[in-house]
Amino acid sequence: MATAISTSASGHSRAALREPLWVKAIVFTLGIGFLSLFLVLPLVAVFTEALREGLHAYFASFRDPAALSAIRLTLVATAISVPLNLVFGLAASWAIAKFEFRGKSVLITLIDLPFAVSPVISGLIFVLMFGLQGWLGPWLRAHDIQVIFAVPGIVLATVFVTFPFVARELIPLMQEQGNDEEQAALLLGASGWQTFWRVTLPNVKWALLYGVILSVARAMGEFGAVSVVSGHVRGKTNTVPLHVEILYNEYNFVAAFAVASLLALLALATLALKTALEWKIQAARPSLEPTAVEG
Amino acid sequence: MRNLFKRHSVLPGFGLTLGWTLTYLSLIVLIPLTGLFLRTTTMTWSDFVETVTSPRVIASYRLTFGASFLAAVINSVFGLLLAWTLVRYQFPGKRFVDAIVDLPFALPTAVSGIALTTLYAPNGWLGKWLEPLGIHAAFSPLGVLIALTFIGLPFVVRTVQPALEELEAEAEEAAASLGANRLQTFYYVVLPALLPAMITGFALSFARALGEYGSVVFISGNKPMVTEITSLLIITKLEQYDYAGATALAVVMLVASFFILLAINAVQWWFSRAALQGV
Repeated sequence: MATAISTSASGHSRAALREPLWVKAIVFTLGIGFLSLFLVLPLVAVFTEALREGLHAYFASFRDPAALSAIRLTLVATAISVPLNLVFGLAASWAIAKFEFRGKSVLITLIDLPFAVSPVISGLIFVLMFGLQGWLGPWLRAHDIQVIFAVPGIVLATVFVTFPFVARELIPLMQEQGNDEEQAALLLGASGWQTFWRVTLPNVKWALLYGVILSVARAMGEFGAVSVVSGHVRGKTNTVPLHVEILYNEYNFVAAFAVASLLALLALATLALKTALEWKIQAARPSLEPTAVEG
Repeated sequence: MRNLFKRHSVLPGFGLTLGWTLTYLSLIVLIPLTGLFLRTTTMTWSDFVETVTSPRVIASYRLTFGASFLAAVINSVFGLLLAWTLVRYQFPGKRFVDAIVDLPFALPTAVSGIALTTLYAPNGWLGKWLEPLGIHAAFSPLGVLIALTFIGLPFVVRTVQPALEELEAEAEEAAASLGANRLQTFYYVVLPALLPAMITGFALSFARALGEYGSVVFISGNKPMVTEITSLLIITKLEQYDYAGATALAVVMLVASFFILLAINAVQWWFSRAALQGV
């Protein structure tokens, strides 16, 4: 019956299921044209501007001590914030995915909260806490501890903006996987830690790596939040994106784009790794839709 | 007593992991965010209202909300075209195009900001063609729109794409066998099925644009009353040590974005309920 319908309608449906060639051509051209104009062209511009005065000028931009110190600070902030959020992500996903308790959906919503807060406000909340006029300002000042306009503030802002990445990759995956394998391991005499290291972790390793990659990319590239807490002290509290801003505002375009090209390469590497991991995760679990990145 | 809270499980570590989760969440997210709202209580209500409705602030809302809305509309149209191209058509380089859609997520906003400014500046690759036409792209509200369009595109593509992939061919076949032409099938069958995803993508793109800072500040020129977005105004107030003013604006923007997220959830709930009743 079904075949009869589809054959009888085939002449009709072929025309009606596919757009005419000219419509196809317009949709394709508009879609790809828009993408090229808005996404590809700016990317090309970064590298073109960076290499405008040749390779020598390009590499000279990285020998500037201020650039080196910015790179160092960005690496420090990333090296502190990503492991912290990784441990949090593992703890949160274990509690949420492996146990039933009241208020779970509220907790999941609260974990996603930093994605809903704009970058400038993400920095502002820490200025209000630790700044000179902040809640803890007088106490910090009395003990000669500087958080805002110093490295700790930059680390805090970075931790905040990368907070949900690992947790939000792990929670749905671990919920989907259930508890059976862990229960079997415990029944066979494994300790809690052994179960975690040998059963749970191998099961979620790709999703974990995916979350870490997104965190690293965001940690190294964050601009708004870090800009608010940094104070822009050259050679001291400038991260790589802030260094780009300073160079650009000084009309030092070649150096600005050279340093920016470093971040652009990082973004391209992130996209490549992310795509490769999505294929891996999907191959392992066909039902899983990789979530889009926000931020 | 504890079983009321936690259903029995043989797995260990519940207390430790939930305890750490709640502690860390409170320290990093909840306490600082609560501090923001508490800070506004140091202002009187009339001070608050005066701050968030001064002419310069109103002008910044108009630009921020207006440009964000327009950018989300543009992205809804072109995001649908791109998602359609990626799901329905085969072409060389498709995987590259699919990966590059996420570029605005991955590229630091400061980098996109200076790249867009260079392109659209009066002597830039695109600006030099627009300038003779009397179109000033950089350092104008149009520049803000361009930056916000850049930043929001992936949200629409990435929400519409899975919805389009899940769309069953049978519905379109049925429409076609009943005599609908392609345009009718698209308008009466495909578009309604994609509508929840499109509204969600639109709202996500809009919400993201409202708070955007890095990609906008370079291209906008930051003229008060003309090209100053609210995020920048918050920073300006902060730099003048007007903590209360900065906080008041931040609260307005936060409440606005929470309402948008709430609206997204309501739309999804409404559509899923409508879908259930339809069956």
